[in-house]
Amino acid sequence: MPTMTAPTPARIKVRPAAENDGRKDFISIRDFGFWYGDKKALDGMTLDIPERQVVAFIGPSGCGKSTLLRNLNRMNDLIDGVRHEGDILIKGRSIYDPGLEVISLRRRVGMVFQKSNPFPKSIFENVVYALRVVGVTDRGALEEACETSLRKAALWDEVKDRLDDNALGLSGGQMQRLCIARAIANRPEILLMDEPCSALDPIATGKIEELIHELKVQFTIVIVTHSMQQAARVSDRTAFFYLGKLVEYDTTEKIFMNPSQAQTEAYISGRFG
Amino acid sequence: MATLPEVSDSASPRGEPWVWFTGLGLVVGLVMIAGLLALVLWNGAKVFWAPPVPEARLKDGRTLLGQLAQRRVKPSSPANAPRYERQYQVGLRELNGQSFLWVDESEVVSESFPADVVGLERMENGPAFVRPVALVRADGSRLEASSPGFFPALLAEVERAESVRRRHSVLVRDAIGGVNAAMESARIDLRRAEDKGGDLVPIRTRIAALEKEYAALRERAEAVLAEAGKGGLESRDGAGRSVVSPSLTLVRAWLPNRMGPGERFGLMMSRVREFVFDEPREANTEGGLFPAMFGTLVMTVFMSLLVTPFGVIAAIYLREYAAQGPVLRAVRISVNNLAGVPSIVFGVFGLGFFVYVLGGSVDRLFFADQLKYNNNTPVFGTGGLLWCSLTLALMTLPVVIVATEEALAAVPRGMREASLAAGASKWQTVRHILLPASAPGILTGIILAMARGAGEVAPLMLVGVVKLAPTLPFDGTAPFLHLDRKFMHLGFHVYDLGFQSPDSDAARPMVFATTLLLIILVVALNLGAIWIRNRLRRRFRGAAF
Ligand SMILES: Nc1ncnc2c1ncn2[C@@H]1O[C@H](COP(=O)(O)OP(=O)(O)O)[C@@H](O)[C@H]1O
Ligand SMILES: [Mg+2]
Repeated sequence: MPTMTAPTPARIKVRPAAENDGRKDFISIRDFGFWYGDKKALDGMTLDIPERQVVAFIGPSGCGKSTLLRNLNRMNDLIDGVRHEGDILIKGRSIYDPGLEVISLRRRVGMVFQKSNPFPKSIFENVVYALRVVGVTDRGALEEACETSLRKAALWDEVKDRLDDNALGLSGGQMQRLCIARAIANRPEILLMDEPCSALDPIATGKIEELIHELKVQFTIVIVTHSMQQAARVSDRTAFFYLGKLVEYDTTEKIFMNPSQAQTEAYISGRFG
Repeated sequence: MATLPEVSDSASPRGEPWVWFTGLGLVVGLVMIAGLLALVLWNGAKVFWAPPVPEARLKDGRTLLGQLAQRRVKPSSPANAPRYERQYQVGLRELNGQSFLWVDESEVVSESFPADVVGLERMENGPAFVRPVALVRADGSRLEASSPGFFPALLAEVERAESVRRRHSVLVRDAIGGVNAAMESARIDLRRAEDKGGDLVPIRTRIAALEKEYAALRERAEAVLAEAGKGGLESRDGAGRSVVSPSLTLVRAWLPNRMGPGERFGLMMSRVREFVFDEPREANTEGGLFPAMFGTLVMTVFMSLLVTPFGVIAAIYLREYAAQGPVLRAVRISVNNLAGVPSIVFGVFGLGFFVYVLGGSVDRLFFADQLKYNNNTPVFGTGGLLWCSLTLALMTLPVVIVATEEALAAVPRGMREASLAAGASKWQTVRHILLPASAPGILTGIILAMARGAGEVAPLMLVGVVKLAPTLPFDGTAPFLHLDRKFMHLGFHVYDLGFQSPDSDAARPMVFATTLLLIILVVALNLGAIWIRNRLRRRFRGAAF
């Protein structure tokens, strides 16, 4: 028996799904399976992520949310002994296409990690890193990109006077917003966020959630979250995973108000997980 | 339910004795290190200290004048009734044959400290402890030892001799050395011209001009020496024999039994200065160690410059690019075991590969001409600074590789992922993120490598270190850093003094003083590297090391 009062569907405030004219299968995951060595972590995943919407992945820990997310920019390729089946398409093109450089894929797909990971460099250099690696050297362009990204990440006012300070001197919440600024500095089309608020206090979490709303106008966002309230607050669509399988995927409203699967209902009402 | 053991109030936490045990281990280690350092420091400092000099009266009627060097139990004496013997440093090798004398303590009737004893350091035959009679000055005037201005006049004479010697050596080393070098190359030109049928006349005139210049310089050098005059110090040794020391041979004079503590300290400082900044005298047992110190420094720094790029590049490949697997594990184990190969083996390898194969090839390719017309004198095909540095770089490579690999592995995974996720290539990640973040760790490896390299002797003897090098590896003539030159090294100096010296009693204190200097040099190099590392750490603070 859970001792905590579980959130019931009725008590979660759900935002209505946004009207959006973008393409409905912007990211298209097709029968995707994934192995870490002999261990199958994902099985038969199929879902479409529409353009300029926020999609949340929820599910108990170990169910494969991060694994799927990290496959969208092929971050998992770095691990030894991994294998996949099926396909992932972005705007209709397979990310595993041999003609597509993994580097150029990653330049179009930004990522924010669970644990904030700023470089031990100045705030400025952190933000413009993605531009530096593509060879941008024009100081004006870099400064402009830095300001825009920091503004979008709602950090500009706090750091504008100390852009040359080491980023490691920022607070936890600031560091995570810096990582967001860094991820959007080269204007990727997709932003992946893996539990971006799990180490933050409620105020910083609130700021980042607001940020996600604003960023949605420009980016397609996939967010992994542990908090169902957060999924309800920020996302347009929600996918519920269980043991490496996709159980249900629908508009957030539907998932939280009227899930069609018993497992989903059990999870969001806090009966397990 | 299982019963838990009683907890009594007096129970000490289990394992506490082990804490004591680890502490004991540390203490034993520290005591041994501190003991070694104290021994080196004490014995090394003795070289520079000038104690009062006793005049000892012996039973057989002899008297001797000398500095007490040591006192020990006679090896032949019975354990229950130990008899002691004393060692006096009497100096004056030209009269005594050796500097040190052992005397049975029962032989000594009395000891006194006559105020007029003069201690002398000289250019040859070791120091002297004498009772002055008179000073004969350059102009022939005689100043009796009893007259009031005697000792200041002696000091002035020593100073004058010093300046004459300095001017003479500058003339010989720089001017005459330059002419010799020019002559050498002119002779090579001549032989080449003879061989290939060139025009011999201009070369012959050049040689003639150089010969004339050489003769003129020699003459000038003689003239400088002659300035010192025929004067000198007339004196008697402990036994009353007459000792005449020409002015030019005097290096230093002091009054061991009359000096105050301040003067004694001043003398010590002046000796330390000479030790660090001057050239050696008397088969390296006296004078300074500047060339050896300089050689050690240049070699160590150059070695670090060589080993760092190789080690870092190898480690980057091993850690970041090579496919992890059994082959890589084998490579890694081999690299680590390279650190266990005796250093002399590296010396043999350096001689065989670097000196003979590489150096020989360099000579054949670039210095063929010089080889042919200079009696086959090799340039790089013999030991030298470059080969020493390379040999030691090879020897210390594992240290740098291991340290760099560890430092790279210690960079948090998140940072690596953040860089790659931002669209950086692997090399960009290494270059912009991993290398800066692991720089402090890499520097730790370099510090260890430097300490190991600076103290190494065995391999260097094979690949280019010599007892006495006429020139420094770095000087004012192009190309300034002479990688082909042989050089002197403190570690080798210790070995040479301690085990190859004809007068081991005279050399022993120098062994300690040299060791002390080597330790100070290594510590200074390390402090420099640590300072750089701390600055880097501050810059990359927060990264986990
Ligand atoms: N690097 C890895 N190597 C092996 N197994 C992994 C690795 N990362 C994750 N897994 C396994 O894959 C499964 C899914 O993990 P993950 O996607 O991280 O779950 P979560 O939904 O909590 O983010 C888990 O069982 C986990 O143990
Ligand atoms: Mg996860």
